[in-house]
Amino acid sequence: MTEANATPRLDRRQFATGAAGLVLFALSAGRVGAQVPEPAWQQLLKNLVGDSKPIEGKLTLELPEIAENGNTVPLTVSVESPMTANDYVKAIHVIATENPQPGVATFRFGPLSGKASAATRMRLARTQEVIGLAELSDGKFLLGRRTVKVTIGGCGG
Amino acid sequence: MNKPRVKLPDAAKAGDLIEIKTLISHVMETGQRKDPDGKVIPRNIINSFSATFAGNEVFKADLQPGISANPYLSFFMRVPGPGEFEFTWVEDGGNKLVEKIKLNVT
Repeated sequence: MTEANATPRLDRRQFATGAAGLVLFALSAGRVGAQVPEPAWQQLLKNLVGDSKPIEGKLTLELPEIAENGNTVPLTVSVESPMTANDYVKAIHVIATENPQPGVATFRFGPLSGKASAATRMRLARTQEVIGLAELSDGKFLLGRRTVKVTIGGCGG
Repeated sequence: MNKPRVKLPDAAKAGDLIEIKTLISHVMETGQRKDPDGKVIPRNIINSFSATFAGNEVFKADLQPGISANPYLSFFMRVPGPGEFEFTWVEDGGNKLVEKIKLNVT
């Protein structure tokens, strides 16, 4: 008897939570449909620069025009800077706009660096634009872009 | 994480701008790939590299899965005088590999 009594109570509760869930789902679906979600790389860029406007074109990105193997694409980033204790490049961020994770690397420099330049090898999932963003000691930002055509994608997709 | 290789100039003078090239063996597993059974292979990368000279920071890199396997990094230093480099690679989970190399300052 106790089992028979317990069952309908459980059903009613399940129904109630189910109905509430449906309403919530419908509400959230309506909200998502109303605006196009911002790509992850744009959010990342916003988080890095805040309210300031990066100056375009003062950062050099050396990348091949066509990368046959997206698993290992040579990259050099550099910024012209005196690299003194008062005027230097603090960091350069590398963003791959179409990678599953757009943040690729951050290089951090100091007055000892002598030259704001670094090189590495990166993965590119598909043809895309790569962005370099430099953070200067005076709070300004410099931005450079370059598109790379990728024949075979990296990131093990 | 093994076999770190570092290339420095054979000799340098104080005030010279020198390039430092480093390479280390590592799979840099992205965490995006699946094994044949469809299970995600857990992320395992070198997430940080740093270089100091005579105790002062020269260069640091925060790395993400978008860096290729066997990470290669090159960067510069204005030689402040004689001293020793200390290079540190840090893996997910906190394992560290430290390599110390003296720079031949003439």
